Amino acid sequence: MAKRDGVWILGIHMTKFGKHPDKDIVDLGAEAVLGALADAGGVRMRDMGVLAAGNLLGGGLGIGQQIQKQVGQTGIPVYNVANACATGATALRTAVMAVKAGECDMGLAVGVEKLAGAGLLAGKDRKADADTWTPQGRFGAVASVDGRIGTETMPGVFAQVGMEYGHRYGGATFELFARIAEKNHAHSTLNPLAAYQKRFTVEEIMNDVMIAYPNTRSMCSANCDGAAAAVVVSGEKLRTLSADQQRRAVKIAASVLTTDPWEEACQILPNVNTLTRNAATQAYEAAGVGPEDLDLVELHDCFATAELVHYDNLMLCKEGGAVDFFESGASWRDGSTPVNVSGGLESKGHPIAATGIANIWEVCHHLRGEAGDRQIPDAKVGLAHVIGLGSACGVHILEKAAV
Amino acid sequence: MGSSVPIVDYLVLDGDPHLEANECTGCGARYFDRRNACANPDCSGAGFRRVPLPTSGEVRAFTIVSHAAPGIPVPFVAAVVDCDGTSVRANVINVEPDPAHVSLGMKVRLATYPLGTDRAGTEAVGFGFEPIS
Repeated sequence: MAKRDGVWILGIHMTKFGKHPDKDIVDLGAEAVLGALADAGGVRMRDMGVLAAGNLLGGGLGIGQQIQKQVGQTGIPVYNVANACATGATALRTAVMAVKAGECDMGLAVGVEKLAGAGLLAGKDRKADADTWTPQGRFGAVASVDGRIGTETMPGVFAQVGMEYGHRYGGATFELFARIAEKNHAHSTLNPLAAYQKRFTVEEIMNDVMIAYPNTRSMCSANCDGAAAAVVVSGEKLRTLSADQQRRAVKIAASVLTTDPWEEACQILPNVNTLTRNAATQAYEAAGVGPEDLDLVELHDCFATAELVHYDNLMLCKEGGAVDFFESGASWRDGSTPVNVSGGLESKGHPIAATGIANIWEVCHHLRGEAGDRQIPDAKVGLAHVIGLGSACGVHILEKAAV
Repeated sequence: MGSSVPIVDYLVLDGDPHLEANECTGCGARYFDRRNACANPDCSGAGFRRVPLPTSGEVRAFTIVSHAAPGIPVPFVAAVVDCDGTSVRANVINVEPDPAHVSLGMKVRLATYPLGTDRAGTEAVGFGFEPIS
Protein backbone atom coordinates (compact mmCIF):
# COMPACT_ATOMS: atom_id res chain seq x y z
CA MET A 1 0.00 0.00 0.00
CA ALA A 2 2.80 2.37 0.91
CA LYS A 3 4.34 1.56 -2.44
CA ARG A 4 1.23 2.46 -4.39
CA ASP A 5 0.88 5.78 -2.60
CA GLY A 6 4.51 6.68 -3.07
CA VAL A 7 6.74 8.88 -0.96
CA TRP A 8 6.37 12.63 -0.68
CA ILE A 9 8.35 15.64 0.45
CA LEU A 10 6.33 17.06 3.32
CA GLY A 11 8.71 19.79 4.37
CA ILE A 12 12.04 21.09 3.10
CA HIS A 13 14.42 23.86 4.02
CA MET A 14 17.75 25.26 2.95
CA THR A 15 19.80 27.77 4.86
CA LYS A 16 21.27 30.81 3.19
CA PHE A 17 24.36 29.60 1.32
CA GLY A 18 27.48 31.66 1.89
CA LYS A 19 29.69 32.50 4.82
CA HIS A 20 28.49 31.56 8.31
CA PRO A 21 31.56 32.24 10.46
CA ASP A 22 29.54 32.16 13.69
CA LYS A 23 27.86 28.81 13.02
CA ASP A 24 29.38 25.33 13.04
CA ILE A 25 28.10 22.32 11.09
CA VAL A 26 25.80 21.34 13.96
CA ASP A 27 24.25 24.84 14.02
CA LEU A 28 23.67 24.81 10.29
CA GLY A 29 22.38 21.23 10.24
CA ALA A 30 20.02 21.94 13.13
CA GLU A 31 18.77 25.10 11.43
CA ALA A 32 17.94 23.11 8.30
CA VAL A 33 16.24 20.33 10.28
CA LEU A 34 14.13 22.70 12.38
CA GLY A 35 13.24 24.61 9.21
CA ALA A 36 12.16 21.43 7.43
CA LEU A 37 10.05 20.28 10.40
CA ALA A 38 8.33 23.68 10.52
CA ASP A 39 7.85 23.70 6.75
CA ALA A 40 6.24 20.26 7.02
CA GLY A 41 3.36 21.85 8.89
CA GLY A 42 4.76 21.60 12.37
CA VAL A 43 5.68 17.95 12.65
CA ARG A 44 8.22 17.10 15.35
CA MET A 45 11.29 14.92 15.76
CA ARG A 46 8.99 12.55 17.65
CA ASP A 47 7.18 11.93 14.32
CA MET A 48 10.37 10.89 12.48
CA GLY A 49 11.14 7.19 12.14
CA VAL A 50 14.56 7.56 10.57
CA LEU A 51 17.30 10.17 10.16
CA ALA A 52 19.83 10.10 7.33
CA ALA A 53 22.59 12.66 7.54
CA GLY A 54 25.57 13.68 5.48
CA ASN A 55 28.64 15.82 6.08
CA LEU A 56 31.64 15.09 3.93
CA LEU A 57 34.53 17.28 5.01
CA GLY A 58 33.71 18.25 8.59
CA GLY A 59 35.88 15.51 9.98
CA GLY A 60 33.55 14.73 12.85
CA LEU A 61 31.91 11.41 13.48
CA GLY A 62 28.17 10.99 13.53
CA ILE A 63 26.80 14.30 12.26
CA GLY A 64 23.29 12.81 12.51
CA GLN A 65 23.67 12.11 16.22
CA GLN A 66 25.25 15.51 16.81
CA ILE A 67 22.23 17.20 15.26
CA GLN A 68 19.86 14.94 17.23
CA LYS A 69 21.52 16.13 20.43
CA GLN A 70 20.39 19.67 19.53
CA VAL A 71 16.94 19.07 18.10
CA GLY A 72 15.60 15.88 19.63
CA GLN A 73 17.03 12.52 20.69
CA THR A 74 14.20 10.10 20.06
CA GLY A 75 16.28 6.95 19.73
CA ILE A 76 15.52 6.39 16.04
CA PRO A 77 18.05 4.83 13.67
CA VAL A 78 20.54 7.27 12.20
CA TYR A 79 22.38 6.61 8.96
CA ASN A 80 25.44 8.79 8.45
CA VAL A 81 26.12 8.62 4.74
CA ALA A 82 28.95 9.72 2.47
CA ASN A 83 28.92 9.66 -1.33
CA ALA A 84 31.11 12.60 -2.38
CA CYS A 85 29.02 15.36 -3.98
CA ALA A 86 26.02 13.03 -4.10
CA THR A 87 25.96 12.78 -0.28
CA GLY A 88 22.81 14.88 0.17
CA ALA A 89 20.90 12.96 -2.47
CA THR A 90 22.08 9.73 -0.85
CA ALA A 91 20.78 10.88 2.55
CA LEU A 92 17.42 11.73 1.03
CA ARG A 93 17.25 8.43 -0.81
CA THR A 94 18.09 6.58 2.41
CA ALA A 95 15.12 8.18 4.16
CA VAL A 96 12.93 7.48 1.11
CA MET A 97 13.96 3.81 1.14
CA ALA A 98 13.08 3.47 4.82
CA VAL A 99 9.60 4.87 4.15
CA LYS A 100 9.21 2.81 0.99
CA ALA A 101 10.18 -0.32 2.88
CA GLY A 102 7.44 0.38 5.37
CA GLU A 103 9.80 0.71 8.32
CA CYS A 104 8.35 4.11 9.17
CA ASP A 105 5.91 6.60 7.70
CA MET A 106 8.01 9.72 8.12
CA GLY A 107 11.73 10.30 7.81
CA LEU A 108 14.26 13.06 7.78
CA ALA A 109 17.31 13.73 5.64
CA VAL A 110 19.90 16.44 6.19
CA GLY A 111 23.13 17.49 4.53
CA VAL A 112 25.50 20.13 5.83
CA GLU A 113 28.92 21.47 4.92
CA LYS A 114 31.22 24.30 5.91
CA LEU A 115 33.48 25.15 3.01
CA ALA A 116 33.72 28.94 2.94
CA GLY A 117 37.31 29.85 2.20
CA ALA A 118 38.26 26.22 1.53
CA GLY A 119 39.94 27.18 -1.73
CA LEU A 120 40.71 24.71 -4.44
CA LEU A 121 39.52 21.17 -3.87
CA ALA A 122 42.53 19.26 -5.06
CA GLY A 123 44.53 16.21 -4.16
CA LYS A 124 47.04 16.19 -1.35
CA ASP A 125 49.77 18.81 -1.10
CA ARG A 126 52.93 17.58 -2.77
CA LYS A 127 55.55 16.88 -0.17
CA ALA A 128 59.25 16.80 -0.82
CA ASP A 129 60.25 13.60 -2.56
CA ALA A 130 61.62 10.87 -0.30
CA ASP A 131 65.38 10.55 -0.04
CA THR A 132 65.14 7.01 -1.33
CA TRP A 133 62.88 6.14 -4.25
CA THR A 134 60.59 3.39 -2.97
CA PRO A 135 57.66 2.06 -5.01
CA GLN A 136 54.44 2.41 -3.06
CA GLY A 137 50.72 1.97 -3.50
CA ARG A 138 48.67 0.41 -6.26
CA PHE A 139 50.76 1.96 -9.05
CA GLY A 140 54.13 1.27 -7.50
CA ALA A 141 54.80 5.01 -7.52
CA VAL A 142 58.13 6.29 -6.22
CA ALA A 143 56.91 9.89 -6.08
CA SER A 144 53.67 11.86 -5.99
CA VAL A 145 51.85 11.50 -9.32
CA ASP A 146 49.37 14.41 -9.04
CA GLY A 147 50.63 17.00 -11.50
CA ARG A 148 53.11 14.54 -12.99
CA ILE A 149 50.65 12.04 -14.38
CA GLY A 150 47.57 14.14 -15.00
CA THR A 151 45.67 16.09 -12.38
CA GLU A 152 43.59 15.31 -9.34
CA THR A 153 42.05 18.79 -9.05
CA MET A 154 38.30 18.82 -9.51
CA PRO A 155 38.35 21.77 -11.95
CA GLY A 156 40.94 19.90 -14.00
CA VAL A 157 39.07 16.59 -14.03
CA PHE A 158 35.79 18.22 -15.06
CA ALA A 159 37.56 20.42 -17.60
CA GLN A 160 38.66 17.22 -19.33
CA VAL A 161 35.11 15.86 -19.12
CA GLY A 162 33.84 18.89 -21.06
CA MET A 163 36.74 18.84 -23.49
CA GLU A 164 36.20 15.16 -24.20
CA TYR A 165 32.59 15.96 -25.13
CA GLY A 166 33.90 18.67 -27.45
CA HIS A 167 36.33 16.20 -28.99
CA ARG A 168 33.50 13.82 -29.72
CA TYR A 169 30.86 16.23 -30.97
CA GLY A 170 32.58 19.58 -31.64
CA GLY A 171 31.51 23.13 -30.85
CA ALA A 172 32.53 23.13 -27.18
CA THR A 173 34.64 26.29 -27.15
CA PHE A 174 36.04 28.24 -24.23
CA GLU A 175 33.48 30.94 -24.95
CA LEU A 176 30.59 28.48 -24.98
CA PHE A 177 31.53 27.21 -21.52
CA ALA A 178 31.84 30.81 -20.32
CA ARG A 179 28.35 31.54 -21.61
CA ILE A 180 26.96 28.63 -19.58
CA ALA A 181 28.47 30.25 -16.47
CA GLU A 182 27.04 33.60 -17.58
CA LYS A 183 23.56 32.05 -17.57
CA ASN A 184 23.86 30.59 -14.10
CA HIS A 185 25.30 33.77 -12.59
CA ALA A 186 22.46 35.74 -14.23
CA HIS A 187 19.91 33.33 -12.77
CA SER A 188 21.37 33.72 -9.28
CA THR A 189 20.48 37.40 -9.14
CA LEU A 190 16.90 36.31 -8.41
CA ASN A 191 17.86 33.90 -5.60
CA PRO A 192 18.27 35.57 -2.21
CA LEU A 193 19.69 32.35 -0.70
CA ALA A 194 22.50 32.10 -3.28
CA ALA A 195 26.06 32.59 -2.05
CA TYR A 196 26.68 35.00 -4.92
CA GLN A 197 24.08 37.10 -6.71
CA LYS A 198 26.26 38.91 -9.17
CA ARG A 199 25.81 38.98 -12.91
CA PHE A 200 28.99 38.70 -14.99
CA THR A 201 29.59 39.39 -18.66
CA VAL A 202 31.09 36.65 -20.81
CA GLU A 203 34.25 38.76 -21.09
CA GLU A 204 34.53 39.04 -17.32
CA ILE A 205 34.13 35.29 -16.97
CA MET A 206 36.70 34.50 -19.67
CA ASN A 207 39.16 37.01 -18.24
CA ASP A 208 38.73 35.83 -14.65
CA VAL A 209 41.55 33.90 -12.97
CA MET A 210 42.22 30.72 -14.94
CA ILE A 211 41.93 27.62 -12.76
CA ALA A 212 42.01 24.72 -15.21
CA TYR A 213 41.43 25.62 -18.85
CA PRO A 214 38.73 26.13 -19.95
CA ASN A 215 37.37 26.65 -16.42
CA THR A 216 38.08 30.08 -14.95
CA ARG A 217 37.23 30.89 -11.34
CA SER A 218 33.69 32.05 -12.12
CA MET A 219 33.06 28.81 -14.03
CA CYS A 220 33.80 26.74 -10.90
CA SER A 221 31.37 25.86 -8.13
CA ALA A 222 31.49 28.26 -5.22
CA ASN A 223 32.78 26.82 -1.96
CA CYS A 224 30.49 28.03 0.81
CA ASP A 225 28.70 27.06 4.00
CA GLY A 226 25.16 25.75 3.98
CA ALA A 227 22.71 23.05 4.92
CA ALA A 228 19.47 21.61 3.64
CA ALA A 229 17.00 19.14 5.11
CA ALA A 230 13.82 17.41 4.04
CA VAL A 231 10.97 15.57 5.76
CA VAL A 232 9.57 12.70 3.70
CA VAL A 233 6.25 10.99 4.30
CA SER A 234 4.39 7.99 2.94
CA GLY A 235 1.36 8.70 0.78
CA GLU A 236 -0.77 6.73 3.19
CA LYS A 237 0.27 8.90 6.13
CA LEU A 238 -0.05 12.06 4.08
CA ARG A 239 -3.76 11.38 3.55
CA THR A 240 -4.26 11.67 7.31
CA LEU A 241 -2.64 15.12 7.47
CA SER A 242 -4.19 18.56 6.95
CA ALA A 243 -5.42 19.87 3.62
CA ASP A 244 -2.66 22.46 3.62
CA GLN A 245 0.01 19.82 4.22
CA GLN A 246 -1.42 17.74 1.37
CA ARG A 247 -1.55 20.76 -0.96
CA ARG A 248 2.07 21.69 -0.33
CA ALA A 249 3.43 18.14 -0.41
CA VAL A 250 5.58 17.32 -3.43
CA LYS A 251 5.57 13.82 -4.86
CA ILE A 252 8.89 12.03 -5.26
CA ALA A 253 8.01 10.44 -8.57
CA ALA A 254 11.46 8.89 -8.86
CA SER A 255 14.42 8.52 -6.53
CA VAL A 256 17.39 6.87 -8.20
CA LEU A 257 21.01 6.35 -7.25
CA THR A 258 23.57 4.81 -9.61
CA THR A 259 27.30 4.16 -9.76
CA ASP A 260 29.46 3.98 -12.83
CA PRO A 261 29.32 0.68 -14.70
CA TRP A 262 32.62 -0.62 -16.01
CA GLU A 263 33.68 0.72 -19.40
CA GLU A 264 37.02 1.13 -21.15
CA ALA A 265 38.84 4.18 -19.73
CA CYS A 266 36.44 4.73 -16.82
CA GLN A 267 39.30 4.24 -14.38
CA ILE A 268 41.48 6.71 -16.33
CA LEU A 269 39.16 9.71 -16.47
CA PRO A 270 36.01 9.41 -14.38
CA ASN A 271 33.10 8.72 -16.71
CA VAL A 272 30.35 10.95 -15.36
CA ASN A 273 28.19 10.32 -18.40
CA THR A 274 27.02 6.73 -18.37
CA LEU A 275 25.90 6.62 -14.73
CA THR A 276 23.99 9.88 -15.19
CA ARG A 277 22.31 8.58 -18.32
CA ASN A 278 21.47 5.34 -16.52
CA ALA A 279 20.01 7.22 -13.54
CA ALA A 280 17.97 9.47 -15.81
CA THR A 281 16.66 6.53 -17.81
CA GLN A 282 15.56 4.74 -14.65
CA ALA A 283 14.03 7.92 -13.22
CA TYR A 284 12.01 8.78 -16.33
CA GLU A 285 10.72 5.23 -16.43
CA ALA A 286 9.79 5.18 -12.74
CA ALA A 287 8.06 8.58 -12.96
CA GLY A 288 6.37 7.88 -16.27
CA VAL A 289 7.57 11.18 -17.69
CA GLY A 290 10.08 12.19 -20.33
CA PRO A 291 12.58 15.02 -20.57
CA GLU A 292 10.06 17.03 -22.59
CA ASP A 293 7.72 17.06 -19.56
CA LEU A 294 10.22 18.81 -17.29
CA ASP A 295 9.38 22.39 -16.34
CA LEU A 296 12.75 22.90 -14.69
CA VAL A 297 16.00 21.04 -14.03
CA GLU A 298 18.60 21.56 -11.33
CA LEU A 299 21.67 19.70 -12.54
CA HIS A 300 25.16 19.32 -11.14
CA ASP A 301 27.06 22.23 -12.68
CA CYS A 302 30.08 21.79 -10.42
CA PHE A 303 31.90 23.40 -13.35
CA ALA A 304 30.62 25.02 -16.52
CA THR A 305 32.21 22.16 -18.45
CA ALA A 306 30.04 19.69 -16.52
CA GLU A 307 26.73 21.41 -17.22
CA LEU A 308 27.19 20.94 -20.96
CA VAL A 309 27.61 17.17 -20.81
CA HIS A 310 24.67 16.72 -18.47
CA TYR A 311 22.24 18.33 -20.96
CA ASP A 312 23.03 15.28 -23.02
CA ASN A 313 23.26 12.75 -20.18
CA LEU A 314 19.84 13.76 -18.84
CA MET A 315 18.55 13.56 -22.41
CA LEU A 316 17.36 17.16 -22.43
CA CYS A 317 18.68 17.20 -26.01
CA LYS A 318 19.34 14.57 -28.61
CA GLU A 319 22.58 12.64 -28.28
CA GLY A 320 25.50 14.87 -29.22
CA GLY A 321 23.26 17.94 -29.28
CA ALA A 322 24.22 19.70 -26.05
CA VAL A 323 25.93 22.62 -27.77
CA ASP A 324 22.95 23.28 -30.04
CA PHE A 325 20.61 22.88 -27.07
CA PHE A 326 22.45 25.59 -25.16
CA GLU A 327 22.80 27.82 -28.23
CA SER A 328 19.01 27.69 -28.69
CA GLY A 329 18.54 29.39 -25.33
CA ALA A 330 16.61 26.37 -24.03
CA SER A 331 18.38 26.28 -20.66
CA TRP A 332 17.84 29.94 -19.75
CA ARG A 333 14.98 30.56 -17.32
CA ASP A 334 12.71 31.71 -20.16
CA GLY A 335 13.74 28.77 -22.38
CA SER A 336 11.98 25.48 -23.06
CA THR A 337 13.86 23.57 -20.32
CA PRO A 338 15.13 26.02 -17.69
CA VAL A 339 18.31 24.67 -16.10
CA ASN A 340 19.71 25.86 -12.79
CA VAL A 341 17.38 28.79 -12.23
CA SER A 342 18.75 28.82 -8.66
CA GLY A 343 22.10 29.97 -10.00
CA GLY A 344 23.50 26.47 -9.84
CA LEU A 345 26.59 25.37 -8.00
CA GLU A 346 28.62 28.03 -9.78
CA SER A 347 26.69 30.86 -8.14
CA LYS A 348 24.22 29.55 -5.56
CA GLY A 349 27.17 27.64 -4.17
CA HIS A 350 28.19 24.07 -3.42
CA PRO A 351 28.33 23.14 0.28
CA ILE A 352 28.94 19.57 -0.81
CA ALA A 353 26.71 17.40 1.39
CA ALA A 354 23.90 19.99 1.33
CA THR A 355 23.76 20.26 -2.45
CA GLY A 356 21.76 17.11 -3.16
CA ILE A 357 18.90 18.31 -0.93
CA ALA A 358 19.20 22.01 -1.79
CA ASN A 359 18.63 21.16 -5.47
CA ILE A 360 15.41 19.44 -4.48
CA TRP A 361 14.42 22.40 -2.29
CA GLU A 362 14.71 24.60 -5.38
CA VAL A 363 12.52 22.34 -7.49
CA CYS A 364 9.94 21.96 -4.70
CA HIS A 365 9.76 25.71 -4.30
CA HIS A 366 8.71 26.12 -7.93
CA LEU A 367 6.27 23.20 -7.86
CA ARG A 368 4.59 24.75 -4.82
CA GLY A 369 4.43 28.14 -6.52
CA GLU A 370 6.52 29.65 -3.73
CA ALA A 371 9.65 30.67 -5.68
CA GLY A 372 8.90 34.38 -5.66
CA ASP A 373 10.69 36.48 -8.27
CA ARG A 374 12.27 33.50 -9.93
CA GLN A 375 9.12 31.35 -10.09
CA ILE A 376 8.90 29.28 -13.27
CA PRO A 377 5.24 29.78 -14.17
CA ASP A 378 2.93 26.82 -13.72
CA ALA A 379 5.75 24.38 -12.93
CA LYS A 380 4.42 20.85 -12.42
CA VAL A 381 7.39 18.51 -12.90
CA GLY A 382 11.06 19.03 -12.13
CA LEU A 383 14.28 17.04 -11.97
CA ALA A 384 17.21 17.34 -9.58
CA HIS A 385 20.57 15.74 -10.41
CA VAL A 386 23.85 15.45 -8.55
CA ILE A 387 27.01 13.54 -9.18
CA GLY A 388 29.82 12.70 -6.83
CA LEU A 389 33.13 11.56 -8.25
CA GLY A 390 34.07 8.06 -7.57
CA SER A 391 31.27 7.94 -8.75
CA ALA A 392 27.67 8.19 -7.56
CA CYS A 393 24.75 9.86 -9.32
CA GLY A 394 21.45 10.83 -7.77
CA VAL A 395 18.41 11.77 -9.85
CA HIS A 396 15.09 12.74 -8.31
CA ILE A 397 11.97 13.61 -10.29
CA LEU A 398 9.42 15.66 -8.38
CA GLU A 399 5.77 16.35 -9.15
CA LYS A 400 3.37 18.96 -7.90
CA ALA A 401 0.53 17.60 -5.78
CA ALA A 402 -2.61 17.06 -7.83
CA VAL A 403 -4.86 18.57 -5.14
CA MET B 1 76.52 6.09 -12.60
CA GLY B 2 73.50 4.95 -10.62
CA SER B 3 70.56 2.91 -11.75
CA SER B 4 67.15 4.27 -12.66
CA VAL B 5 63.64 3.59 -11.43
CA PRO B 6 60.34 4.48 -13.15
CA ILE B 7 57.90 6.86 -11.44
CA VAL B 8 55.28 4.12 -11.61
CA ASP B 9 55.59 0.40 -12.15
CA TYR B 10 53.71 0.50 -15.45
CA LEU B 11 56.46 2.58 -17.07
CA VAL B 12 59.06 0.20 -18.44
CA LEU B 13 62.52 1.68 -18.97
CA ASP B 14 64.38 -1.38 -20.35
CA GLY B 15 65.07 -0.96 -24.05
CA ASP B 16 62.73 1.56 -25.62
CA PRO B 17 60.69 3.11 -22.82
CA HIS B 18 57.02 2.18 -23.00
CA LEU B 19 53.96 1.71 -20.84
CA GLU B 20 52.56 -1.67 -19.89
CA ALA B 21 49.01 -2.44 -18.88
CA ASN B 22 47.63 -5.28 -16.79
CA GLU B 23 45.39 -6.99 -19.30
CA CYS B 24 42.64 -9.30 -18.13
CA THR B 25 43.20 -12.74 -19.65
CA GLY B 26 39.43 -13.27 -19.66
CA CYS B 27 38.11 -10.21 -21.47
CA GLY B 28 41.08 -8.06 -22.46
CA ALA B 29 40.18 -5.14 -20.18
CA ARG B 30 43.26 -3.08 -19.41
CA TYR B 31 44.29 -1.49 -16.13
CA PHE B 32 47.31 0.26 -14.72
CA ASP B 33 46.89 -0.42 -11.02
CA ARG B 34 47.55 -3.56 -8.99
CA ARG B 35 44.48 -5.72 -9.48
CA ASN B 36 42.39 -7.95 -7.29
CA ALA B 37 40.10 -8.99 -10.12
CA CYS B 38 38.55 -7.64 -13.31
CA ALA B 39 35.96 -4.87 -12.89
CA ASN B 40 34.06 -5.91 -15.98
CA PRO B 41 31.01 -7.58 -14.43
CA ASP B 42 30.57 -9.82 -17.46
CA CYS B 43 34.03 -11.23 -16.84
CA SER B 44 35.12 -11.11 -13.20
CA GLY B 45 38.32 -12.89 -14.17
CA ALA B 46 41.29 -12.72 -11.87
CA GLY B 47 44.10 -13.50 -14.28
CA PHE B 48 46.19 -10.72 -15.83
CA ARG B 49 49.15 -10.45 -18.15
CA ARG B 50 51.44 -7.51 -18.84
CA VAL B 51 51.04 -6.08 -22.32
CA PRO B 52 53.05 -3.26 -23.90
CA LEU B 53 51.16 -0.23 -25.18
CA PRO B 54 51.84 1.70 -28.36
CA THR B 55 54.13 4.63 -27.63
CA SER B 56 52.07 7.08 -29.66
CA GLY B 57 48.48 8.18 -29.56
CA GLU B 58 46.16 11.14 -29.74
CA VAL B 59 44.86 13.59 -27.16
CA ARG B 60 41.26 12.75 -26.36
CA ALA B 61 40.77 15.30 -23.59
CA PHE B 62 43.00 17.85 -21.92
CA THR B 63 43.05 20.70 -19.46
CA ILE B 64 45.70 23.25 -18.64
CA VAL B 65 45.99 23.31 -14.87
CA SER B 66 46.83 26.76 -13.51
CA HIS B 67 45.93 26.08 -9.88
CA ALA B 68 46.92 22.83 -8.19
CA ALA B 69 47.65 21.59 -4.68
CA PRO B 70 50.55 23.33 -2.94
CA GLY B 71 53.94 22.14 -4.14
CA ILE B 72 52.80 21.20 -7.64
CA PRO B 73 54.38 23.39 -10.32
CA VAL B 74 51.87 25.02 -12.69
CA PRO B 75 50.85 25.45 -15.38
CA PHE B 76 50.90 21.99 -16.87
CA VAL B 77 48.80 20.13 -19.40
CA ALA B 78 46.90 17.11 -18.06
CA ALA B 79 45.36 14.84 -20.64
CA VAL B 80 43.83 11.55 -21.61
CA VAL B 81 45.75 10.01 -24.48
CA ASP B 82 44.17 7.35 -26.65
CA CYS B 83 46.91 4.85 -27.48
CA ASP B 84 45.24 2.81 -30.19
CA GLY B 85 42.19 2.00 -28.10
CA THR B 86 43.78 2.03 -24.66
CA SER B 87 43.28 5.28 -22.73
CA VAL B 88 46.19 6.58 -20.69
CA ARG B 89 46.31 9.39 -18.16
CA ALA B 90 49.37 11.57 -18.67
CA ASN B 91 50.69 15.08 -18.95
CA VAL B 92 51.42 16.55 -22.33
CA ILE B 93 55.02 17.70 -22.04
CA ASN B 94 57.58 19.55 -24.13
CA VAL B 95 54.85 21.93 -25.29
CA GLU B 96 53.82 25.47 -24.40
CA PRO B 97 51.01 25.03 -21.85
CA ASP B 98 48.50 27.23 -23.62
CA PRO B 99 45.42 26.54 -25.75
CA ALA B 100 47.19 27.71 -28.90
CA HIS B 101 49.67 24.84 -28.66
CA VAL B 102 47.54 21.98 -27.39
CA SER B 103 44.51 20.68 -29.22
CA LEU B 104 42.03 17.85 -29.09
CA GLY B 105 43.05 15.08 -31.45
CA MET B 106 46.69 16.15 -31.59
CA LYS B 107 49.17 13.35 -32.19
CA VAL B 108 51.61 12.69 -29.39
CA ARG B 109 54.30 10.19 -28.45
CA LEU B 110 55.70 8.92 -25.17
CA ALA B 111 58.67 10.80 -23.74
CA THR B 112 60.58 10.39 -20.50
CA TYR B 113 62.42 12.86 -18.31
CA PRO B 114 64.48 12.72 -15.10
CA LEU B 115 62.64 13.48 -11.84
CA GLY B 116 65.71 13.58 -9.63
CA THR B 117 68.29 11.38 -7.96
CA ASP B 118 67.95 9.88 -4.50
CA ARG B 119 70.57 9.38 -1.81
CA ALA B 120 71.68 6.09 -3.31
CA GLY B 121 72.27 7.73 -6.68
CA THR B 122 69.19 6.21 -8.28
CA GLU B 123 67.45 8.39 -10.80
CA ALA B 124 63.65 8.40 -10.95
CA VAL B 125 62.22 8.73 -14.44
CA GLY B 126 58.88 10.32 -15.24
CA PHE B 127 56.90 10.18 -18.46
CA GLY B 128 54.53 12.26 -20.50
CA PHE B 129 53.46 12.57 -24.10
CA GLU B 130 54.98 15.15 -26.41
CA PRO B 131 53.64 16.50 -29.70
CA ILE B 132 54.75 14.69 -32.84
CA SER B 133 55.82 17.64 -34.90
